[in-house]
Amino acid sequence: MDAGLKEVILAIITWNPDKVKGGGCPVFYAQDQKEMEKTALLLARILGGMVHDLENDVYIIVKH
Amino acid sequence: MDKYLIVIACGVVTGFLARWIMLRSDYRHYPTYPHGQLIHLALGFIAASLGAVAVPAIMKPDYTAVTFLVLAAQQFRDVRNMERENLTKLEETKLIRRGNDYIEGIARVFEARNYLVIFTAFITSLAVHWWGWPYAFAVGPICIFLSIKMMSGNQLGDIVEVVPAKVHFEGSLLMVEDVVIMNVGLPETRERILQEGMGVLIKPKNDDARLTLHAPGQRQAIIHDVVSILGSKVDTAEPDLMPLARKQVDQGYLGLFIVANEPDMEYLMKIIKKVPVLESTRGTTLESFYGRKAAD
Repeated sequence: MDAGLKEVILAIITWNPDKVKGGGCPVFYAQDQKEMEKTALLLARILGGMVHDLENDVYIIVKH
Repeated sequence: MDKYLIVIACGVVTGFLARWIMLRSDYRHYPTYPHGQLIHLALGFIAASLGAVAVPAIMKPDYTAVTFLVLAAQQFRDVRNMERENLTKLEETKLIRRGNDYIEGIARVFEARNYLVIFTAFITSLAVHWWGWPYAFAVGPICIFLSIKMMSGNQLGDIVEVVPAKVHFEGSLLMVEDVVIMNVGLPETRERILQEGMGVLIKPKNDDARLTLHAPGQRQAIIHDVVSILGSKVDTAEPDLMPLARKQVDQGYLGLFIVANEPDMEYLMKIIKKVPVLESTRGTTLESFYGRKAAD
Protein backbone atom coordinates (compact mmCIF):
# COMPACT_ATOMS: atom_id res chain seq x y z
CA MET A 1 0.00 0.00 0.00
CA ASP A 2 2.68 2.43 1.03
CA ALA A 3 5.26 1.58 -1.60
CA GLY A 4 6.30 4.41 -3.84
CA LEU A 5 8.39 7.53 -4.04
CA LYS A 6 7.83 10.12 -1.36
CA GLU A 7 9.23 13.57 -0.76
CA VAL A 8 10.78 13.65 -4.23
CA ILE A 9 10.06 15.83 -7.23
CA LEU A 10 8.00 13.72 -9.61
CA ALA A 11 7.74 16.25 -12.42
CA ILE A 12 8.72 19.79 -13.32
CA ILE A 13 6.44 22.00 -15.39
CA THR A 14 7.57 25.31 -16.79
CA TRP A 15 6.98 27.65 -19.68
CA ASN A 16 10.36 29.27 -19.34
CA PRO A 17 12.95 26.82 -20.74
CA ASP A 18 15.83 28.86 -19.33
CA LYS A 19 14.85 28.06 -15.78
CA VAL A 20 15.16 24.29 -15.91
CA LYS A 21 18.07 22.26 -17.18
CA GLY A 22 18.07 18.45 -17.36
CA GLY A 23 18.40 16.26 -14.32
CA GLY A 24 16.80 13.14 -13.05
CA CYS A 25 13.25 14.35 -13.38
CA PRO A 26 10.81 14.64 -16.27
CA VAL A 27 10.39 18.24 -17.42
CA PHE A 28 7.24 19.37 -19.21
CA TYR A 29 7.42 22.57 -21.25
CA ALA A 30 4.24 24.50 -21.68
CA GLN A 31 3.38 27.29 -24.12
CA ASP A 32 2.18 29.75 -21.55
CA GLN A 33 1.08 30.18 -17.95
CA LYS A 34 -2.37 28.77 -18.65
CA GLU A 35 -1.13 25.56 -20.22
CA MET A 36 1.37 25.20 -17.40
CA GLU A 37 -1.40 25.30 -14.82
CA LYS A 38 -3.50 22.84 -16.73
CA THR A 39 -0.61 20.40 -17.19
CA ALA A 40 0.33 20.72 -13.55
CA LEU A 41 -3.22 19.99 -12.44
CA LEU A 42 -3.48 16.92 -14.65
CA LEU A 43 -0.10 15.58 -13.63
CA ALA A 44 -0.86 16.12 -9.97
CA ARG A 45 -4.09 14.17 -10.28
CA ILE A 46 -2.40 11.36 -12.19
CA LEU A 47 0.58 11.09 -9.89
CA GLY A 48 -1.32 11.72 -6.68
CA GLY A 49 1.08 14.49 -5.82
CA MET A 50 0.82 18.12 -4.92
CA VAL A 51 1.61 21.13 -7.06
CA HIS A 52 4.11 23.58 -5.62
CA ASP A 53 4.92 26.96 -7.06
CA LEU A 54 8.55 28.06 -7.06
CA GLU A 55 7.36 31.56 -7.99
CA ASN A 56 9.69 31.76 -10.99
CA ASP A 57 7.40 30.29 -13.66
CA VAL A 58 8.27 26.79 -12.48
CA TYR A 59 5.85 24.34 -10.92
CA ILE A 60 6.98 21.11 -9.33
CA ILE A 61 4.94 18.10 -8.36
CA VAL A 62 5.87 16.45 -5.11
CA LYS A 63 4.38 13.44 -3.42
CA HIS A 64 4.21 13.80 0.35
CA MET B 1 -20.12 -22.06 49.77
CA ASP B 2 -23.24 -19.99 49.21
CA LYS B 3 -21.61 -17.09 50.97
CA TYR B 4 -18.67 -17.18 48.56
CA LEU B 5 -21.03 -17.47 45.64
CA ILE B 6 -22.64 -14.15 46.47
CA VAL B 7 -19.24 -12.56 47.12
CA ILE B 8 -18.03 -13.64 43.70
CA ALA B 9 -21.27 -12.73 41.96
CA CYS B 10 -21.26 -9.20 43.37
CA GLY B 11 -17.65 -8.68 42.32
CA VAL B 12 -18.18 -10.01 38.83
CA VAL B 13 -21.29 -7.95 38.22
CA THR B 14 -19.71 -4.72 39.47
CA GLY B 15 -16.51 -5.30 37.50
CA PHE B 16 -18.43 -6.12 34.35
CA LEU B 17 -20.57 -3.01 34.79
CA ALA B 18 -17.44 -0.94 35.23
CA ARG B 19 -16.03 -2.24 31.96
CA TRP B 20 -19.30 -1.62 30.20
CA ILE B 21 -19.53 1.94 31.39
CA MET B 22 -15.91 2.63 30.48
CA LEU B 23 -16.41 1.22 27.00
CA ARG B 24 -17.19 4.06 24.69
CA SER B 25 -17.73 4.08 21.00
CA ASP B 26 -17.72 7.58 19.71
CA TYR B 27 -16.22 9.70 16.98
CA ARG B 28 -12.90 7.91 17.37
CA HIS B 29 -14.50 4.90 15.68
CA TYR B 30 -12.93 2.65 18.21
CA PRO B 31 -13.71 0.04 19.47
CA THR B 32 -16.08 -0.82 16.69
CA TYR B 33 -19.58 -2.13 17.19
CA PRO B 34 -20.45 -4.97 17.64
CA HIS B 35 -17.42 -7.29 17.51
CA GLY B 36 -14.80 -4.94 18.86
CA GLN B 37 -17.04 -4.19 21.80
CA LEU B 38 -17.82 -7.83 22.42
CA ILE B 39 -14.12 -8.63 22.64
CA HIS B 40 -13.64 -6.00 25.29
CA LEU B 41 -16.74 -6.94 27.23
CA ALA B 42 -15.60 -10.55 27.27
CA LEU B 43 -12.15 -9.54 28.45
CA GLY B 44 -13.79 -7.30 31.03
CA PHE B 45 -15.83 -10.23 32.27
CA ILE B 46 -12.71 -12.35 32.66
CA ALA B 47 -10.96 -9.51 34.47
CA ALA B 48 -13.95 -9.05 36.78
CA SER B 49 -14.00 -12.77 37.55
CA LEU B 50 -10.31 -12.67 38.40
CA GLY B 51 -10.77 -9.81 40.81
CA ALA B 52 -13.85 -11.34 42.41
CA VAL B 53 -12.40 -14.81 42.84
CA ALA B 54 -9.32 -13.42 44.55
CA VAL B 55 -11.20 -12.68 47.76
CA PRO B 56 -12.46 -16.22 48.52
CA ALA B 57 -9.06 -17.55 47.45
CA ILE B 58 -7.29 -15.40 50.03
CA MET B 59 -9.89 -16.00 52.73
CA LYS B 60 -9.92 -19.75 52.29
CA PRO B 61 -6.80 -19.50 52.42
CA ASP B 62 -5.68 -21.06 49.17
CA TYR B 63 -2.45 -19.38 48.19
CA THR B 64 -1.90 -21.62 45.17
CA ALA B 65 -5.08 -20.21 43.73
CA VAL B 66 -3.89 -16.68 44.45
CA THR B 67 -0.64 -17.34 42.62
CA PHE B 68 -2.56 -18.61 39.62
CA LEU B 69 -4.73 -15.51 39.67
CA VAL B 70 -1.64 -13.32 39.52
CA LEU B 71 -0.42 -15.36 36.56
CA ALA B 72 -3.76 -14.94 34.85
CA ALA B 73 -3.66 -11.19 35.38
CA GLN B 74 -0.45 -11.12 33.33
CA GLN B 75 -2.52 -12.00 30.28
CA PHE B 76 -3.93 -8.52 30.23
CA ARG B 77 -0.58 -7.15 29.23
CA ASP B 78 -1.30 -8.62 25.83
CA VAL B 79 -4.35 -6.41 25.48
CA ARG B 80 -2.10 -3.46 24.84
CA ASN B 81 -0.15 -5.32 22.15
CA MET B 82 -3.36 -6.48 20.55
CA GLU B 83 -4.76 -2.96 20.36
CA ARG B 84 -1.53 -1.47 19.13
CA GLU B 85 -1.14 -4.01 16.35
CA ASN B 86 -4.74 -3.67 15.36
CA LEU B 87 -4.68 0.10 15.13
CA THR B 88 -1.28 0.23 13.43
CA LYS B 89 -2.54 -2.12 10.71
CA LEU B 90 -5.65 -0.04 10.16
CA GLU B 91 -3.52 3.08 10.01
CA GLU B 92 -2.07 2.07 6.66
CA THR B 93 -5.33 2.64 4.86
CA LYS B 94 -6.28 5.86 6.58
CA LEU B 95 -6.16 9.17 4.75
CA ILE B 96 -5.71 11.12 7.95
CA ARG B 97 -3.71 9.11 10.40
CA ARG B 98 -3.99 8.89 14.12
CA GLY B 99 -0.25 8.82 14.59
CA ASN B 100 1.75 6.44 16.73
CA ASP B 101 1.45 8.52 19.88
CA TYR B 102 -2.32 8.45 19.78
CA ILE B 103 -2.36 4.71 19.12
CA GLU B 104 -0.01 4.10 22.01
CA GLY B 105 -2.26 6.18 24.22
CA ILE B 106 -5.38 4.28 23.21
CA ALA B 107 -3.67 0.89 23.68
CA ARG B 108 -2.49 1.88 27.13
CA VAL B 109 -5.96 2.99 28.14
CA PHE B 110 -7.39 -0.37 27.13
CA GLU B 111 -4.87 -2.22 29.24
CA ALA B 112 -5.34 0.07 32.21
CA ARG B 113 -9.10 -0.29 32.10
CA ASN B 114 -8.87 -4.03 32.59
CA TYR B 115 -6.77 -3.51 35.70
CA LEU B 116 -9.35 -1.04 36.96
CA VAL B 117 -11.99 -3.69 36.44
CA ILE B 118 -9.94 -6.15 38.48
CA PHE B 119 -9.59 -3.63 41.32
CA THR B 120 -13.27 -2.74 41.22
CA ALA B 121 -14.31 -6.39 41.36
CA PHE B 122 -11.78 -7.16 44.09
CA ILE B 123 -12.78 -4.30 46.37
CA THR B 124 -16.49 -4.93 45.91
CA SER B 125 -16.08 -8.62 46.75
CA LEU B 126 -14.03 -7.69 49.77
CA ALA B 127 -16.73 -5.33 51.00
CA VAL B 128 -19.40 -7.98 50.47
CA HIS B 129 -17.30 -10.55 52.28
CA TRP B 130 -16.81 -8.30 55.32
CA TRP B 131 -20.09 -6.48 55.62
CA GLY B 132 -22.67 -8.39 53.58
CA TRP B 133 -24.10 -8.07 50.11
CA PRO B 134 -26.08 -4.82 50.50
CA TYR B 135 -22.77 -2.99 50.70
CA ALA B 136 -22.08 -3.95 47.08
CA PHE B 137 -24.55 -1.24 46.10
CA ALA B 138 -22.53 1.37 47.95
CA VAL B 139 -18.96 0.26 47.27
CA GLY B 140 -19.53 -0.76 43.63
CA PRO B 141 -20.71 2.61 42.33
CA ILE B 142 -18.01 4.41 44.31
CA CYS B 143 -15.33 2.21 42.73
CA ILE B 144 -16.75 2.71 39.25
CA PHE B 145 -16.98 6.44 39.80
CA LEU B 146 -13.38 6.60 41.01
CA SER B 147 -12.17 4.53 38.07
CA ILE B 148 -13.76 6.88 35.60
CA LYS B 149 -12.67 9.98 37.48
CA MET B 150 -9.05 8.97 37.94
CA MET B 151 -8.58 7.73 34.43
CA SER B 152 -9.92 10.75 32.59
CA GLY B 153 -6.83 12.63 31.48
CA ASN B 154 -6.40 16.26 30.57
CA GLN B 155 -8.00 17.81 27.57
CA LEU B 156 -6.30 20.28 25.33
CA GLY B 157 -8.75 22.97 26.42
CA ASP B 158 -7.16 22.89 29.89
CA ILE B 159 -3.76 23.93 28.62
CA VAL B 160 -4.29 25.99 25.47
CA GLU B 161 -6.37 28.81 24.07
CA VAL B 162 -7.92 28.40 20.65
CA VAL B 163 -8.61 31.52 18.60
CA PRO B 164 -9.96 31.92 15.06
CA ALA B 165 -7.34 33.07 12.57
CA LYS B 166 -7.22 34.40 9.05
CA VAL B 167 -6.17 32.12 6.21
CA HIS B 168 -4.26 34.04 3.56
CA PHE B 169 -1.46 33.74 1.01
CA GLU B 170 1.94 35.33 0.79
CA GLY B 171 2.92 34.59 -2.78
CA SER B 172 2.43 30.86 -3.01
CA LEU B 173 2.77 30.26 0.72
CA LEU B 174 -0.37 29.45 2.62
CA MET B 175 -0.41 31.20 5.97
CA VAL B 176 -2.61 31.08 9.05
CA GLU B 177 -1.95 34.54 10.51
CA ASP B 178 1.87 34.47 10.71
CA VAL B 179 2.34 30.69 10.62
CA VAL B 180 3.56 29.22 7.33
CA ILE B 181 1.54 26.11 6.50
CA MET B 182 2.60 25.01 3.01
CA ASN B 183 3.31 25.97 -0.56
CA VAL B 184 0.28 25.80 -2.83
CA GLY B 185 0.94 25.95 -6.55
CA LEU B 186 -2.30 26.07 -8.47
CA PRO B 187 -4.32 29.29 -8.53
CA GLU B 188 -7.62 27.39 -8.45
CA THR B 189 -6.58 25.55 -5.33
CA ARG B 190 -5.57 28.82 -3.71
CA GLU B 191 -8.90 30.35 -4.46
CA ARG B 192 -10.69 27.35 -3.07
CA ILE B 193 -8.63 27.48 0.09
CA LEU B 194 -9.40 31.17 0.55
CA GLN B 195 -13.10 30.47 0.18
CA GLU B 196 -13.51 27.29 2.17
CA GLY B 197 -10.45 26.97 4.36
CA MET B 198 -10.58 27.51 8.09
CA GLY B 199 -7.68 28.47 10.29
CA VAL B 200 -7.17 28.65 14.02
CA LEU B 201 -4.30 29.46 16.28
CA ILE B 202 -3.68 27.15 19.20
CA LYS B 203 -1.87 29.13 21.85
CA PRO B 204 -0.25 27.36 24.81
CA LYS B 205 -0.97 28.81 28.25
CA ASN B 206 2.41 27.89 29.72
CA ASP B 207 5.72 26.19 28.96
CA ASP B 208 4.36 22.70 29.60
CA ALA B 209 1.64 23.29 27.05
CA ARG B 210 4.15 24.68 24.58
CA LEU B 211 6.16 21.45 24.77
CA THR B 212 3.01 19.40 24.39
CA LEU B 213 2.12 21.22 21.18
CA HIS B 214 5.72 20.86 20.04
CA ALA B 215 5.21 17.10 19.65
CA PRO B 216 4.10 16.12 16.14
CA GLY B 217 2.16 13.21 17.65
CA GLN B 218 -0.08 15.61 19.56
CA ARG B 219 -0.68 17.69 16.45
CA GLN B 220 -1.60 14.60 14.48
CA ALA B 221 -4.08 13.66 17.21
CA ILE B 222 -5.69 17.11 16.96
CA ILE B 223 -6.00 16.82 13.19
CA HIS B 224 -7.37 13.30 13.40
CA ASP B 225 -10.05 14.26 15.90
CA VAL B 226 -11.07 17.34 13.96
CA VAL B 227 -11.28 15.46 10.67
CA SER B 228 -13.17 12.53 12.16
CA ILE B 229 -15.92 14.93 13.22
CA LEU B 230 -15.94 17.72 10.66
CA GLY B 231 -14.67 15.72 7.68
CA SER B 232 -12.09 16.89 5.17
CA LYS B 233 -11.89 17.35 1.42
CA VAL B 234 -8.87 15.14 0.91
CA ASP B 235 -8.89 12.12 -1.31
CA THR B 236 -6.34 9.44 -2.14
CA ALA B 237 -4.95 11.19 -5.21
CA GLU B 238 -5.79 14.74 -4.14
CA PRO B 239 -3.67 15.80 -1.21
CA ASP B 240 -3.95 19.54 -1.97
CA LEU B 241 -6.38 20.30 0.82
CA MET B 242 -4.62 18.25 3.47
CA PRO B 243 -5.27 19.60 6.96
CA LEU B 244 -2.02 20.61 8.62
CA ALA B 245 -0.81 22.01 11.92
CA ARG B 246 2.44 23.92 11.92
CA LYS B 247 4.35 25.67 14.67
CA GLN B 248 5.25 29.31 14.84
CA VAL B 249 8.83 28.63 15.80
CA ASP B 250 9.47 31.89 17.63
CA GLN B 251 6.41 31.90 19.83
CA GLY B 252 5.60 28.20 20.00
CA TYR B 253 1.94 28.37 19.09
CA LEU B 254 0.33 26.31 16.38
CA GLY B 255 -1.47 27.33 13.27
CA LEU B 256 -4.03 24.78 12.15
CA PHE B 257 -5.45 24.74 8.67
CA ILE B 258 -8.32 22.61 7.44
CA VAL B 259 -10.81 22.49 4.58
CA ALA B 260 -13.70 20.71 6.22
CA ASN B 261 -16.95 19.29 4.88
CA GLU B 262 -18.69 21.06 7.74
CA PRO B 263 -17.06 24.46 7.89
CA ASP B 264 -18.23 25.45 11.34
CA MET B 265 -15.67 27.56 13.16
CA GLU B 266 -17.37 27.46 16.55
CA TYR B 267 -17.39 23.68 16.70
CA LEU B 268 -13.91 23.41 15.24
CA MET B 269 -12.66 25.32 18.27
CA LYS B 270 -14.73 23.22 20.66
CA ILE B 271 -13.46 19.97 19.15
CA ILE B 272 -9.85 21.08 19.45
CA LYS B 273 -10.41 21.88 23.13
CA LYS B 274 -11.77 18.37 23.66
CA VAL B 275 -8.76 16.58 22.16
CA PRO B 276 -7.03 14.48 24.82
CA VAL B 277 -3.55 15.49 25.90
CA LEU B 278 -1.54 12.40 25.01
CA GLU B 279 0.46 10.88 27.82
CA SER B 280 3.50 10.30 25.66
CA THR B 281 3.69 13.88 24.44
CA ARG B 282 2.72 15.77 27.57
CA GLY B 283 5.27 18.44 28.38
CA THR B 284 6.47 18.49 31.99
CA THR B 285 9.28 21.02 31.93
CA LEU B 286 7.72 23.07 34.75
CA GLU B 287 8.11 20.09 37.06
CA SER B 288 11.87 20.35 36.82
CA PHE B 289 13.89 22.97 38.69
CA TYR B 290 15.68 24.26 35.59
CA GLY B 291 12.48 24.27 33.61
CA ARG B 292 10.84 26.59 36.14
CA LYS B 293 13.90 28.82 36.30
CA ALA B 294 14.18 29.07 32.53
CA ALA B 295 10.48 29.84 32.18
CA ASP B 296 10.61 33.24 33.86
